[in-house]
Amino acid sequence: MVLASALLAILAFALAWPAPILLARAAWPSRAPAVALVVWQAIAIAGVLSTLGSLITFGLSGVADTLTAGLTRLTESVATGGSPAGLGALHIFALCCAVLFSGHLMLSVLTTVIRTERERRRQHDLVTLLSAPASTVPGARVMEYPAPVAYCLPGAFRTATVLTDGLVKALSPDELAAVLAHERAHLTQQHHLLLLAFRAWRKALPWFPIATRASDAVGLLVEMLADDAARSESSAESLVSAIVTVATGGGSSPDVGVADATPESAAPRVTRLLTEHPPLPSATVAAVLMSAVVLVLVPPALLLAA
Amino acid sequence: MATLGDLERSVMDVLWTSPEPLSAGDLRDRLVSSAAGATRRQLAATTVLTVLSRLESKGFVSRNRMHRPHLYEAVTTRADHTAELMHEVLGASQDREAALARFIGQVSPSEAETLRALLSSTTLPAK
Repeated sequence: MVLASALLAILAFALAWPAPILLARAAWPSRAPAVALVVWQAIAIAGVLSTLGSLITFGLSGVADTLTAGLTRLTESVATGGSPAGLGALHIFALCCAVLFSGHLMLSVLTTVIRTERERRRQHDLVTLLSAPASTVPGARVMEYPAPVAYCLPGAFRTATVLTDGLVKALSPDELAAVLAHERAHLTQQHHLLLLAFRAWRKALPWFPIATRASDAVGLLVEMLADDAARSESSAESLVSAIVTVATGGGSSPDVGVADATPESAAPRVTRLLTEHPPLPSATVAAVLMSAVVLVLVPPALLLAA
Repeated sequence: MATLGDLERSVMDVLWTSPEPLSAGDLRDRLVSSAAGATRRQLAATTVLTVLSRLESKGFVSRNRMHRPHLYEAVTTRADHTAELMHEVLGASQDREAALARFIGQVSPSEAETLRALLSSTTLPAK
């Protein structure tokens, strides 16, 4: 039990610190964004599981030698109102931490979901009144606004892609098609679910720089995936010129969005689209995916073995 | 066939341009006269009332109940609502990027310079 607890703690530490930094610095994710997204999810899931597992196994190690025996003895003694022999203050502290940590994470997901839903509903209400479907851009709504802006509102029941008329004027038909394909990819591939999960994680652990780093990396990877979809439907040239036009304000006054402190994504995306990188060899992809699966399975395996 | 959303938008367009509060009947007359198609001619008074109460519950329309018939007006201008929406979209709020996904954010002048340099220094690979 103590050994399993120590191993889980080491794993939790590795996943909290060196692993995300290495992944965030690696060059290969831009060649295989979908694979990198799987790895980020594996790191997050295995990180949470190993942290919780380490705390629980340590806490129960005072009571029994195996996880199941420890759990039964603990529930039995709690039911009878006593405290099991061998349960020290540190053990109790570890168990309390496990309960608080899991509760905190679940609460964070819940509040993020609720707040996001409320915000989306307001956005949909406003978009309905301020924009109209346009025959020139099928599947999108156009809003009167001078600056070039494009965005999509994801959701389970209704979605919308919104363009400003400033954008429609600033872009050529090919560039518009690339923008629409990009937004469509976000909606059909349900990227918002992934972003929401990592966002909730970041909000739960604001003092933990890795969560912020992971959230930013996932945000950029999702953009790259949508770029890939857009480039296969239209052309890389149109997509790049659309990105540059929108990012630089399309000749309109650039005062609207400069306050926006989003992590830099324009330059990495454009660089990636301009330089042709061969996709990762399929053997490498298979190996990386396998390791991600193994990573997620290690904490439960250690828990069962404990 | 006009959807509920289209009707809400037409109602707001009338209220936004009207200098004074309107009754549901006046509103319906204006909608019918401004619409070219046959669909609007069949616009029922109850439909207008439904749309107005929906807009009221969403906080876009206020109703003066002291007056008979009730008078409706826009809570704020179209420009204010556009500003509210864009404030959210352009990321000035705390919860940016949670509810929506932007194509790309506008970059700072120095980043814009980097982008232009990237474009001019690289030629796109042939497809």
